[in-house]
Amino acid sequence: MDAALSAAISIGFHGVAFAMVLYLVSVGLSITMGLMGFVNLAHGVFAAAGGYFMTTLMTRYGVPFAVSVALATLAVAALAVPLERFLYRPLYGADELDQVLMTMGLVFMSVAIGKYFWGPTAMPFYPPAALSGQIDLGFRTFPTYRTFLIGSGAILVTLLWLGLERTRFGAMIRAAVDNRRMAQSVGINTSQLFTFAFAFGSALAALGGGLGAEILAIDPGYALEHLVYFLIVVAVGGLGTIRGPFVAALLLGVSDTAFKYLLPELGAFFIYALTMVILLWKPRGLFGQA
Amino acid sequence: MTITARFLAALFTVTLAGIGIASAQTEIKVGVVSTMSGPDAQPGDEMNKGIDLYVKEHQKDLPAGVKVTLIYRDDTGANPDVAKRLATELVTRDHVNILAGAVWSPNAAAIASVATEAKVPFVIMNAAGASITRASPYIIRTSFTLWLVSTPIGQWAAKQGWKKAYTAVTDYAPGFDAEGGFTKGFTDGGGTVIDKVRMPFPTDDYSPFIQRIKDSKPNVAFIFVPAGKKATAVMKAWNDLGLTKAGIKLVTTQDVMLDEELPNMGDAPLGIVSAGTYSNAATRAANQVFLNAWRNAYGEKPIADFMSVAGWDGMAAIFDVVKQTNGKFDGDAAMKILSNWKTTDSPRGPISIDPNTRDVIENVYIRRVENLNGKLANVEFETIPNVKDPWKEANPPK
Amino acid sequence: MTAKSAAHTIATFARRHRLRPMEALPWVLAVAAYFVFPDYLALGAQILATLLFGLSADLVLGYAGIVTLGHAAFYGVGAYTAGYLAAHGVGSPIIGLIAAMVAAGAVGFISGLIILRTQGLSILMLTLVVCVMLQEAANKMTSITGGADGLQGMEVQPVLGMFRFDMYGHTAYWYALGVLFLGWAVTRTIVHSSFGRSLTGIRENVARMNAIGTPVFFRLVTIYTISAMLAGAAGALIAETTQLVALNVLSVDLSGTILVMIILGGVGRLYGAFIGVPLYMIAQDRFSTIDPTYWYFWIGLLLVLVVAFARGGILGMADAVLRRFKRSP
Repeated sequence: MDAALSAAISIGFHGVAFAMVLYLVSVGLSITMGLMGFVNLAHGVFAAAGGYFMTTLMTRYGVPFAVSVALATLAVAALAVPLERFLYRPLYGADELDQVLMTMGLVFMSVAIGKYFWGPTAMPFYPPAALSGQIDLGFRTFPTYRTFLIGSGAILVTLLWLGLERTRFGAMIRAAVDNRRMAQSVGINTSQLFTFAFAFGSALAALGGGLGAEILAIDPGYALEHLVYFLIVVAVGGLGTIRGPFVAALLLGVSDTAFKYLLPELGAFFIYALTMVILLWKPRGLFGQA
Repeated sequence: MTITARFLAALFTVTLAGIGIASAQTEIKVGVVSTMSGPDAQPGDEMNKGIDLYVKEHQKDLPAGVKVTLIYRDDTGANPDVAKRLATELVTRDHVNILAGAVWSPNAAAIASVATEAKVPFVIMNAAGASITRASPYIIRTSFTLWLVSTPIGQWAAKQGWKKAYTAVTDYAPGFDAEGGFTKGFTDGGGTVIDKVRMPFPTDDYSPFIQRIKDSKPNVAFIFVPAGKKATAVMKAWNDLGLTKAGIKLVTTQDVMLDEELPNMGDAPLGIVSAGTYSNAATRAANQVFLNAWRNAYGEKPIADFMSVAGWDGMAAIFDVVKQTNGKFDGDAAMKILSNWKTTDSPRGPISIDPNTRDVIENVYIRRVENLNGKLANVEFETIPNVKDPWKEANPPK
Repeated sequence: MTAKSAAHTIATFARRHRLRPMEALPWVLAVAAYFVFPDYLALGAQILATLLFGLSADLVLGYAGIVTLGHAAFYGVGAYTAGYLAAHGVGSPIIGLIAAMVAAGAVGFISGLIILRTQGLSILMLTLVVCVMLQEAANKMTSITGGADGLQGMEVQPVLGMFRFDMYGHTAYWYALGVLFLGWAVTRTIVHSSFGRSLTGIRENVARMNAIGTPVFFRLVTIYTISAMLAGAAGALIAETTQLVALNVLSVDLSGTILVMIILGGVGRLYGAFIGVPLYMIAQDRFSTIDPTYWYFWIGLLLVLVVAFARGGILGMADAVLRRFKRSP
C-alpha cells in the first residue's frame, strides 16, 4: 500500500511538472489567438527561440541560469515586435487560411534556421547546481528542478491572473477581447495594445521554452513536433483566458502521465481521446466564451 | 580561313578535348538517399559525414583515371514514396552505378524494388529492419539490426546472475525487434522477463514508465528508445526516480548510450552498460585513424557515432568493388564482390558480409560508460565476435 | 449581402457551370509533360496523385468551409487498404482503388457523423485528433500494417491486366492521370450542382442555410464522405505506384502540407489545387536538389512571400490583377 501511495505521488508530481511546461508555452498562444483572432501556428517558434537563446548563453558563454532565462525572454519579446509589425499585423482580420499559410512558412523556416545555427541535435541543458538533484520536502524527496518548475508555474499563473484582473492593462486587454470596436471607441490604442500583447505572449512562450528545456528538449523540429500539444491545451482550455489553459494543461498533463503509468499500451491514445470528448462536449473549450 | 571554318575547327578541338577527358576518367556515381532536412535529420547527418569522409580520405587510393562521385538526395524522413522516386531518378536520370544510404527501414524497403528492376546494387548504411535484406537480391547492409545488438546484451545480463528482467521499449517496429532480441538472449541464458512495457512514440517525459519498472523491482531493466533526445529524457527520468539507488541495473543499446548524446546527459549514465557495434572511445588503431580524419574534417563537434561508421564502411565496400574491377562493373559483378566483402580494419573491428543473407556480420561490444579525461565515454570491456543477425537464423526464408 | 451582389453571385455561378476552353489546359499540359519531360514521370505521377488529394481537401476546405488538419486520415486509410489487399493476393489496381475508396469513405462517414457538429478551432482539432489516433493505431497493428517498418510484400498486377508498373513511371503516370481526370469530373459536377452551391451557402452563412430549411449537417456529412473517398483513391494511387505503405501516409504533417498546397493555389476554386500542388512539389524538388539541407527555409520563405504579395493564393492574386485590368480602361 505504501509503495502504491508513493507511486501515485510520484506520478502526480511528474504530471504536474509536465503540465506547467505545457501551460507556460501555451498561455501566450491563448492570449494571441483569443485577442487577435489569429491562427498562430508559429507560436512554438518563439518557445524554441527562447530555449535556444537560453541554452546557448548557458553552455557557450557560461552565463548564469537566471540571467540567461531573463535575457532569452527579453530577446524573444524584442524579436516579436518587428515580426508583429511586418508579418502579423497585415493579416489581422484577414482570411484565417492566409494566417495558416504564413505561420506554417515561419515554422518551416525555423526548422532550417535552428539546424543552420545549432546543428541537428538537441541542445544540452543542465540545471544549475542549486536546482539539480533531489530536494527533501519533509515527507519525501522530489527532483529539485521539477519542483522548481511547479513553483514557477504556480507563481506565474497567479501573477498573470492578478495582472489581467487587477491592472489597467489587463482591463484593456479584456475589453479588446470582448469587443474590439468598443474598446477603440473609448480611446484604447488597440494597435499598440496588440503589439504589446503579441510581444508579451511570445515572451511567455520563450520563458516556457527555456524553463521547460529539461522536459521538452530544444531541437530544430521543436515548433513542428509540439504544435499539436500546444493547440490541444489552447483548444481544450478555451481561447483568450488565463485559467482555461491552466486547467487544461493540468488535466492533460496529469491524466496523460497517469494513463501512461496505468495503461501504457493505450497511453498514446488517451490524451487525444480526452481532447475529443471534451471538444464534443464543449466545442469552445472548458472556459471559452460563447 | 573563314570565320565559320575557324569556329568549326575550334569546336572540333573542344570536342576532342572532351572525349580525351572522358576516356581518361571513369566516373563511378554513387547515389545516396538520405535524410538531410526536417526534424529527423540527425541520423542522416551522421551517416553522410561518414560517407563524405571516406571518399575524401580514399579517393587517392583508386586506380588511375577512376573517381567516385556522390550524388545526394533528401527523402526528408520516413517517406518511402519519396525515397523510391529519388532512387528511381538516380537510376534513370543520373545513371548511378550504385545506390546507397537509407536511414529509415520503410524507405530502404521501397528502394529495394528499384534496385531489383534496374539491377543496381544497393548498400544500406543505416536502416535496421531485420527482414529488409530479403527485399532484393541487390541489397547488402553494412549497419546492423536491433536483434543483432540486443540479443548479446540479454545474454550478458543473464550471465551476471540477474534472474528477473523488465523490458521497456518504444512502441514501434524497431522497439519490438529490440525487445525480441533482449528477451531471447536473456531467457536463453536462464533469466525470466517478469514484465514489459511498450512506451508510446510521442513521449517526452518517461517517468510513468520508469516508475512502473521501479514498482516491479526487477534485477535489471532493458530499455530501448530511438537515439537522440528521447534517450536523454529516459536517463533524466531514471535518475530522478532513483532506480540505481533502488538497486535496479540498467542495460541498453548504443541507441540510448549514443556517443553524440552522452554530453547532454550530465552524470546520469555513469556506469550504465550497453551493447553496441561501435564506440567512439574504442582504442583500435583503425578507429584512431578514422577519428583523426574526422577531427581534421569536422572538428570536435559533431561526434562520430555508429551511423557515421556504417556510412564509412559502406563506402569502403563500394571502393573495393571499384578497385577490384578497375571501375568497370555491372550490377551482378558488383554484387559478387559486395556479398563476399570483408575487412579487418573497420573502425569497429573486423566486419564482413554474410554471402547467404547479404547482411552484416560484426562484433558486438559490451561497453560501460566511464569518465575518461573529464568526458563520458562508452568503454568496451567485452567482445562477442562475429555476430550474425539472430532474427534471420530463427526465421529462415520460406 | 445586398440583392444586387446576390444576383451577381448567382450569375457568376451560372457562368462557372459551362465548360470553358481554358479548362482543357491542365490536361493538355499533363499530356504534353509526358512527352517533354520523360525523365520526370515518377515525380509527375506523384504530383498527379497528390493533385487528386488536393482536390478532395479543397472540397471540404474550400467549398464546405471545414478547416481540417487531418485529411491524411482518409488518404492513409486508402493507401493501407490498397496495400493490404495487394500484399494478400488481391493485386488488381482497380479493385484496390475501389476498395480504398469504400474504406476511406466509411471512415469519413463515421468520423463526419461525430465531429461535423462543431466549428472553428474545435473542428480543426477534432480532425487532427482523428488522424493522429488512426496513425497510432496503424503503428500498433504491426501484423496488418507492418508498423514503422512499412507494409511490405505488395504485389500489384498490371493495370487492366496489360500495363505493368515500370520503373520509369510510364504506367503510373497514365494511371494517375486517368484516375485524376475521373476525380476531377466528379468534383466539377458536384461543385456546380445545386448541392455544391448549397455547400457554399453553408460556408458563407450557416444560420441562414438552416433558416431556409437546408439539411446542413446531412450535407456536410455527405460532402465529407465524398471527399474522403477521393482522398482514399489518391492514397491508393501512391500505395500502388510505390508498392509500399508506411506511417507517413497518416501523418498530421501530410495533412498540413496538403492544406498549405491548396491554400497556396487558392481555395474553393477547383483549380487552386492544379496550381498549388505542382508549384509546391516542383519547388520542393528543385530546392531540395539545390540545397538538400536547408530547403525548408526556402519553401517557408516562399509561403511567407505568397501571403505578403498574393493574398488568397496564386489564383486569388490572378483574380485581383484581372480585376484591375478590367477596371483601368
